[in-house]
Amino acid sequence: MSDQKMNLTLKIWRQSGPTAKGALKTYELKGVSEHQSFLEMIDQLNDELVRKGEEQVAFESDCREGICGACGCMVNGQAHGPDKGITLCQLHMRTFSDGDTIVIEPFRAKAFPVIRDLVVDRRALDRIMMAGGYVTVRTGQAPDAHAVPIPQEKAEKAMDAAACIGCGACVASCKNASAMLFLSAKASQYAHLPQGQPERKDRAMRMIMTHDLLGFGNCTNESECQSACPKEISVKNISLLNRDYARATVTLENVSG
Amino acid sequence: MTPQEKTLQSNIPEGAIHEKWDKHRFNMKLVNPANKRKYSVIIVGTGLAGASAAASMGELGYRVKAFTLLDSPRRAHSIAAQGGINAAKNYQNDGDSIYRLFYDTVKGGDFRAREANVYRLAQVSNEIIDQCVAQGVPFAREYGGYLGNRSFGGAQVSRTFYARGQTGQQLLLGAYSALMRQVAAKTVEMHPRTEMLDVIVEDGVARGIITRNLVTGEIEAHTADAVVLATGGYARLWYLSTNAMGCNVTAAWRAHRKGAFFANPCMAQIHPTCIPVGLHKQSKLTLMSESLRNDGRVWVPKKEGDKRPANQIPEDERDYYLERRYPAFGNLVPRDVASRAAQVVCNEGRGVGETGQAVYLDFAEAIGRVGKATITAKYGNLFDMYQRITDEDPYTVPMRIFPALHYTMGGLWVDYNLMSNLPGLFVLGEANFSDHGANRLGASALMQGLADGYFVIPYTIAGYLAGVKPGQVGPDAAVSKEGIKTSEAHFKTLVEMNGKAPVDDFHRELGQVMWDHCGMARNAEGLKKAKEMIPEIRERFWKESRVLGNGREFNQALEYAGRVADFMELGELAVDDALNRTESCGCHFREESQTEEGEAKRDDENFTYVAAWEWKGEGKPWELHKEQLDFEEVKPSTRSYK
Ligand SMILES: Cc1cc2nc3c(=O)[nH]c(=O)nc-3n(C[C@H](O)[C@H](O)[C@H](O)COP(=O)(O)OP(=O)(O)OC[C@H]3O[C@@H](n4cnc5c(N)ncnc54)[C@H](O)[C@@H]3O)c2cc1C
Ligand code: FES
Repeated sequence: MSDQKMNLTLKIWRQSGPTAKGALKTYELKGVSEHQSFLEMIDQLNDELVRKGEEQVAFESDCREGICGACGCMVNGQAHGPDKGITLCQLHMRTFSDGDTIVIEPFRAKAFPVIRDLVVDRRALDRIMMAGGYVTVRTGQAPDAHAVPIPQEKAEKAMDAAACIGCGACVASCKNASAMLFLSAKASQYAHLPQGQPERKDRAMRMIMTHDLLGFGNCTNESECQSACPKEISVKNISLLNRDYARATVTLENVSG
Repeated sequence: MTPQEKTLQSNIPEGAIHEKWDKHRFNMKLVNPANKRKYSVIIVGTGLAGASAAASMGELGYRVKAFTLLDSPRRAHSIAAQGGINAAKNYQNDGDSIYRLFYDTVKGGDFRAREANVYRLAQVSNEIIDQCVAQGVPFAREYGGYLGNRSFGGAQVSRTFYARGQTGQQLLLGAYSALMRQVAAKTVEMHPRTEMLDVIVEDGVARGIITRNLVTGEIEAHTADAVVLATGGYARLWYLSTNAMGCNVTAAWRAHRKGAFFANPCMAQIHPTCIPVGLHKQSKLTLMSESLRNDGRVWVPKKEGDKRPANQIPEDERDYYLERRYPAFGNLVPRDVASRAAQVVCNEGRGVGETGQAVYLDFAEAIGRVGKATITAKYGNLFDMYQRITDEDPYTVPMRIFPALHYTMGGLWVDYNLMSNLPGLFVLGEANFSDHGANRLGASALMQGLADGYFVIPYTIAGYLAGVKPGQVGPDAAVSKEGIKTSEAHFKTLVEMNGKAPVDDFHRELGQVMWDHCGMARNAEGLKKAKEMIPEIRERFWKESRVLGNGREFNQALEYAGRVADFMELGELAVDDALNRTESCGCHFREESQTEEGEAKRDDENFTYVAAWEWKGEGKPWELHKEQLDFEEVKPSTRSYK
């Protein structure tokens, strides 16, 4: 297996804490192997920085195989970098060329304050989940798994939506910093399943209200979220959610009227 | 060291195996509903085991505090599980039953697991599937709308439930959603980005934990009437593994130093189908699902040092060594057997690829037989993943694979109630030792995590709490303050490490020693060498590594240093344990104990026990306690896959 080594210029957002002022700092990194993953490239930089007595660049990762959603930054302005349908930890350096300049910044959104360097606080996504991202069933209450058959096609659609990894790339890529793709993915997973029906309208209502309160912006159908999504979650989920939301508001008006 | 022999109380209930759990549930004391609010429970870790436990106990009305070192409970190492989860539903009508799942798991564990626990695991397995389906987990379904199954990890029945290649993710998100519902209902207080550093123990009873807020660096005490650890496994002791970057042993290790026994620390599973180590500095390894062995054929060249590309090696110069050695099971032999066989051929100089530490997994024959489209439908995402990492096309060039550290069967010792030898300290999921013996079967870790969290701990913890008075120790108590001080001092030492090298250097070095001498095959000579090398690496770690920044901020270098410091100690214990166990069993292969054909040879007469080690203090040898295992149902036999 051949191994192209490259020299890179990195411009990385450094910010020592939530209230500190940040700035892009330039680093020259030599001898990067094309087989390295993008995060291993930052590991290499950090290794060199520490040996020189400089603090390492803070960034997040856990699984490093594209499933946990911990990693993610803007790479040359694109969430998770230039390749479609993958997370940053799955990006390999062979995508880049010797001599490239790479700008690396955190996911930016009002609802995602920076903690340090490339690490942001995404707890707002958990709060949306708290508002209705569940089926109300207590442990032990469940009937036999085969009590209700679910057409395969429905189960597959639910799975497509459920593939969301909660990384926040959709929010960071949206000019309004909306989290509607994230929210709708969860809501449609349940909307496709019989288990999700009893709370369906209420769920749509509560999740959207919480979303707006948390400082996420409105969705204006730009679809940037879909192109940035490492799991290629479809914006069709947003339409489905909007229909549920509309029905929910109608019901609510009927009740209050 | 002369191990002193003591017998541990496993508290296995009386009665026939299938009645034990029911009788025990009836006999255990209950906490009445009105009193539940008075009891507080701390749960550390929100992977499958911790999240399911926290949600279920919150629902019951306990005051729960849950902790994870990650930014959200939606993430945990559990999320990466691909293959699936076992249950004894027998939906395929192929002869499965609770008894068969129990039997397979005991046998698969090479007769080093506790029968009663395994039986209970098989019993509650079916309820797990029911629960997950009710939560909206989108398991794979057949056309008729009923759940699909696959056979996995060499099982002879189809009992594995799955959600594409993302079963762990879907199960974890199910548990996470149940947990978030409880957080919203205020029965659970969630503490993300908070790392447990120590257990608070007063008069031998666990009363709480010491934590570090990873954002502010603040070290605090949290107290409760019981502490539950669900902090996962320690495969990163070997540095390179399939485990997530955050996996660590700190919580378990600190509990161990406070008196909790560590059981079978040398028992670690090495998974045969991972992408091999390359020449550049890698941070972790990637698992290629075991299901690939259903269609891929494993081979190496017959000739030593044969450097020709795979397609230039003619059929009769290839050695399909698994098919040759194990005609009955062929490429589907269990993990431990497949891994060792790969190492053997590589040691003979017949390994392939740039490092010579890899074997081929070849799909040419399968593609010829069923067509490329069928193979794509089955394994497309795995092939893509392989290509992304290696830049090679597995449709035309055979995959290169090699075994890698994957799962740790060892962990804190627990009794039937999942309580450690420290009253009030419970341990769930991969962090405990109990159900998989010397070798875990595929799709059974997810099952165990959720069994422990949803269906075991909610009962057994009540049995404990009913006998204690709530709120005995508060965060301002002397023990709590003392605990804060000790952890602060520990972190001060870490921050002040003033060498020149990153911590990673020493972790890698430790991992290499573990891999070389306490990995796939072990012998007394190598283990003794490792026992000398590890304290030396540890000493250099403390002297020569460097942590920049301070403790009062978000500092990933510091977090990592704390975890590596604990691995440095665990490594030595794992080696001791491997030295002590002179038999081969499951994943623990002692070269001195093998049959003429090179298969593992157990020594039931001398080693039908769980080795539970007691920490005796810095620089002192550990003390060995033995829990004798009785096999009343499944009589120990030699596992044969010939
Ligand atoms: C790649 C891969 C694939 C797998 N596939 C399968 C499969 O198909 N089927 C199967 O059955 N098993 C599989 N396994 C094994 C299985 O995924 C794990 O054994 C299981 O998920 C462990 O669950 P857990 O809840 O015990 O721990 P984990 O999921 O590891 O969770 C540990 C939790 O503890 C937290 N934590 C740890 N230390 C601390 C601390 N000091 N303070 C605070 N929090 C802490 C973590 O943040 C996390 O929340 C696979 C494993 C791997 C690596
Ligand atoms: S680190 Fe888990 S998705 Fe990238």
